Amino acid sequence: MSAAAPRRSSRYAIAFETIFRKEIRRFLRIWPQTLIPPAITMTLYFVIFGNLIGRRIGTMGGHDYVDYIVPGLIMMSVITSAYANVVSSFFGAKFQRFVEELLVAPVPSHVILAGFVAGGVVRGMLVAGMVTGVSLLFTDLRIAHPFITLSVMLLAATLLSVAGFINALYAKSFDDISIVPTFVLTPLTYLGGVFYSIDLLPAFWQDVSRLNPILYMVNAFRFGMLGHSDISLPMAYGMMLLAIGAGVVWALVLLERGTGLRS
Amino acid sequence: MNNTVSPADAPALVIEHLAKTYASGVEALKNVSLTVAAGDFFALLGPNGAGKSTLIGILSALVNKTGGQVRVFGHDLDRDLEAVKRCLGVVPQEFNCNGFETVQHVLLNQAGYYGVPRRTAERNAAHYLKALGLWDKRDDVVRNLSGGMKRRLMIARALVHEPRLLILDEPTAGVDIELRRGMWTFLQALNAQGVTIILTTHYLEEAEQLCRNIAIIDHGRIVEHTAMRDLLARLGTETLVLTLAEPVHVLPASGDYPLRLNDAQTLEVDVRADQDLNSLFAWLEGRGIRVRFMRNKANRLEELFVQLVGANAPDVADAGVGA
Repeated sequence: MSAAAPRRSSRYAIAFETIFRKEIRRFLRIWPQTLIPPAITMTLYFVIFGNLIGRRIGTMGGHDYVDYIVPGLIMMSVITSAYANVVSSFFGAKFQRFVEELLVAPVPSHVILAGFVAGGVVRGMLVAGMVTGVSLLFTDLRIAHPFITLSVMLLAATLLSVAGFINALYAKSFDDISIVPTFVLTPLTYLGGVFYSIDLLPAFWQDVSRLNPILYMVNAFRFGMLGHSDISLPMAYGMMLLAIGAGVVWALVLLERGTGLRS
Repeated sequence: MNNTVSPADAPALVIEHLAKTYASGVEALKNVSLTVAAGDFFALLGPNGAGKSTLIGILSALVNKTGGQVRVFGHDLDRDLEAVKRCLGVVPQEFNCNGFETVQHVLLNQAGYYGVPRRTAERNAAHYLKALGLWDKRDDVVRNLSGGMKRRLMIARALVHEPRLLILDEPTAGVDIELRRGMWTFLQALNAQGVTIILTTHYLEEAEQLCRNIAIIDHGRIVEHTAMRDLLARLGTETLVLTLAEPVHVLPASGDYPLRLNDAQTLEVDVRADQDLNSLFAWLEGRGIRVRFMRNKANRLEELFVQLVGANAPDVADAGVGA
């Protein structure tokens, strides 16, 4: 009936490409929900915090306030979009049960994870591009270290995509996929140095802030764009890579066990 | 890479001592053993909650088993799950396609998950969509399909990677009779091409019509596992319903054939396996009774099924209904 079966590595590559294409198709199909809202929200941030309030603040970290918050706001949209993409897509597949299409097929856990994470990363990068475009309306953007900028954005999008995947595995209801973004991710992002330098905080709160993983992403990204960071760059890369590694292992263990997927 | 080649004569499915106890403590399967030969068309019957869907769930890796072994074409479920999955196509009872995808994308995605190259996937998708009458709907979004079309889509999706064993969990539930018969023809043709088929259904006529071998599962145990012909041969007596040409008001003494008059033109007669219908009709003819039409009172398999699982059925009155 069928022709000679492709080799295992080819089969995995085809499976990955299939998941990846499906993910891209999904968020492009619903672009008014997935791509436009971050651009509108960030425009409001630029107008209110950057222009109206920012003019009164003056400078921060040696930069105009509006320039200072641009990297944080771009990173904020990457974080939100990457997380939201994976958590809603994978939980949606669970909720409507078409995740079973994947589970009955010979797709190994790492290929499933990679496919969904890649989808989240692409959405994060697309949204970042749109927000960067919006920011050009408010400031002259110069990128001090393009490689650092790009690599930090990729690492952050990867980390948040993996986190969204873990959330989706545990989630049993739509409430469960909104709790983490609302009560964990948003506060951590706002307290992660998007709008201020942690140098403004008392020593104790500076130390507390260093427990916030978002702080490392925002500051490393700000270093890439402006050449300014409150955190050492190697430390930021190390923290992100460590968190990605731990997240990937966690997600794969859950997938192998069938947590939230098999009874 | 695992190069295990399943022996040509390996059964399609061997299940040994399979057990499943859910976290809630419910024992869905208790020491189930079952063999399905390659090329068979096999019926798995059982009342609601008997364990059929749990069994299928284990085979398709959606349910973790508690104990026992499963081999599909010689591949062990525990040791070579990927090979088992590649052999299997599963049509679940509940609709589980992505309603927002197009019909064609559902098939191409599924083929992609199995690692089928795009060109082959497109060819297979076109073949099965045409065979199942969905080709004109290939660009339609799945949620806009009718119930019958969704059922056929799930069959096409299960076949797009060309499995050797197709498992169908009540594929014709809620499907009109014309469509159901179309599906039967399609499945029979597929089986003739060498695809082993395991079918669960509530339409016992469907199992009797299509399947060569049968297992009946009840309360998580296999209560019967035999050839369909042998099972049906066990039925000692059949009740025939005769529609008479003219009304009969007094029932003649029947002798060898227990008769009951339902109304003036409808007669019921019990015929044993060792009796023949020629004698019955000669006997009726001799008494001036002419028969216009005849039918079985009940589906034969249905009678056996009720006998086999009836002993374990809960008493509805005892269960507190109406209390």
